Amino acid sequence: MRFLRRFVWVTIGVLMLTGLSAVSIASSHKLVLTGSSTIAPLAVELGRRFESLHPGMRVDVQTGGSARGINDTRKGIADIGMVSRAMKADEQDLQAVTIALDGIGIIVHASNPVAALTRQQIADIFTGKITNWHEVGGKDARITVVNKAEGRSTLELFLAYFQLKNSEIRPHIVIGDNQQGIKTVSGNPHAIGYVSIGAAEYDAQRGVPLKLLPLDSVAASVVNLRNGDYPLSRPLNLVTRMTPTALAKRFIDFARSEQAYDLVEMQYFIPVSVD
Amino acid sequence: MIWWKCSILFQSVSIDRWFNAGLRLGATVAALIMALILLFLLLESWPALQHIPLMRFVTDDAWHPLEDRYNLLPMVTGTLYASSGSLLLVIPLGIASALFMAFYASPRMSMLYRRLIELLAGIPSVVFGFWGLTTVVPLINQWQPPGASLLTAILILTLMILPTLVLTSYAALIAVPDEYLRSAAALGLSRWGMIYGVVLPAARQGIVAGILLAAGRAVGETMAVLMVAGNVVQHADSLFAPIRTLTANIALEMAYAMGDHRAVLFVSGLLLLLLVMILTTMAGWFGKEHHGE
Repeated sequence: MRFLRRFVWVTIGVLMLTGLSAVSIASSHKLVLTGSSTIAPLAVELGRRFESLHPGMRVDVQTGGSARGINDTRKGIADIGMVSRAMKADEQDLQAVTIALDGIGIIVHASNPVAALTRQQIADIFTGKITNWHEVGGKDARITVVNKAEGRSTLELFLAYFQLKNSEIRPHIVIGDNQQGIKTVSGNPHAIGYVSIGAAEYDAQRGVPLKLLPLDSVAASVVNLRNGDYPLSRPLNLVTRMTPTALAKRFIDFARSEQAYDLVEMQYFIPVSVD
Repeated sequence: MIWWKCSILFQSVSIDRWFNAGLRLGATVAALIMALILLFLLLESWPALQHIPLMRFVTDDAWHPLEDRYNLLPMVTGTLYASSGSLLLVIPLGIASALFMAFYASPRMSMLYRRLIELLAGIPSVVFGFWGLTTVVPLINQWQPPGASLLTAILILTLMILPTLVLTSYAALIAVPDEYLRSAAALGLSRWGMIYGVVLPAARQGIVAGILLAAGRAVGETMAVLMVAGNVVQHADSLFAPIRTLTANIALEMAYAMGDHRAVLFVSGLLLLLLVMILTTMAGWFGKEHHGE
């Protein structure tokens, strides 16, 4: 019994010590990021590398949408806000820095003879008004519409650009991430879908039977996305108050530096060149 | 002498007590984990349950959580169709394979066959899904577009739960006491007569347990189904219609869900738990009924 009692005390002691050490870490240097769920996965990766470069630092990432990023930064709850759209006119009190670009490309199977679709044709295909490829100059085959799952940022951007609601879309297949979309379309000669341009271009160059359709007669490519010609894109911004803390500034500089390029590309975003 | 005896006695009582305490602790932790999961699900889904009436999960016109429409029913039918369809295929196939291994194949053949089935059991679900997406879906697409459909989901699920049923049924079959078999042979029963009249009834409980395990895996399978089922939220009107299961729904949308959307996904988790509980209860009934015979 005595042994048991000692055992219990030792356990309690160990628990208290680990608890204390957790508290002491939390009270050291800490950076809080809140906002867009599009940027969050990237921010988590950036934070992890930042932490390993600066021992003792903690980067805390919370999602809640771009609007929350703006609000929290204004109120000072967050050091940095994540905003996955261009800044609005009434948000000039904040300082925004673009860390990457996100663009969406319409993809079809490489064997599909259709070379281009107008904006209206794409909207009609996704809402089920056009159901056969021969109506837009292709083979006589039923179109398979591939849509993204609700809540995904690519879906949001796509819907906003074509001014559709998700309930209007008549999908035949609903997918999760970019890779699943690419596998689905490359395995189905009559499918049409949309994924991040970075992911599609990477796979198309490596022999996956995939074709990126131009939009408003601008080719869907990373080059056109970077120089701003491609219409279906958006900037990914980190915002701070007009005078960012030294720590926040260091993190943003790190996010834009070449040290972070591979992390940005891993999320299929396009890094902005600083030079 | 007496002292020596006492010491042994004392020691064994103390070990017993420790062992008892250890067992109790283990059992409590196991039960507590289950209770905590339930509590966690309730806690996370509470924000939605508070202001969305329960009826709306079955009476809303569609599943568009971002437009405040929360009908979960198509995903419940999707889950049920896919898992019962695969069970329908797996039960005859699985029991036949187990019987073949236990009574018809030569020992060498039986061993080889069992290794093969065990290999099938070891393949990760994502590999099945990937194979389905790149091979089975395009194949069915040539016949009945879009290919990703209830049928593909059933076929992939069948492959995945087959080893579970075969291996448990086989274990139940060879556990039937040898005397039964010898008595049956002595009575002059044919091989099939012995299997049908003696072995299957004796092994019934084990086989039912295997079916239940397989059903549980079919209901809970996520990645493979997500990749091949098409994931359109609708009541399937044919085998070639795409469907979405409850588990696939959670996996698809959880990563980017916020607020009510997230809470409703936890509600669908609760629903899944309820479904599995009903399944277990039903199997309990089955087991008892036949046991009483």
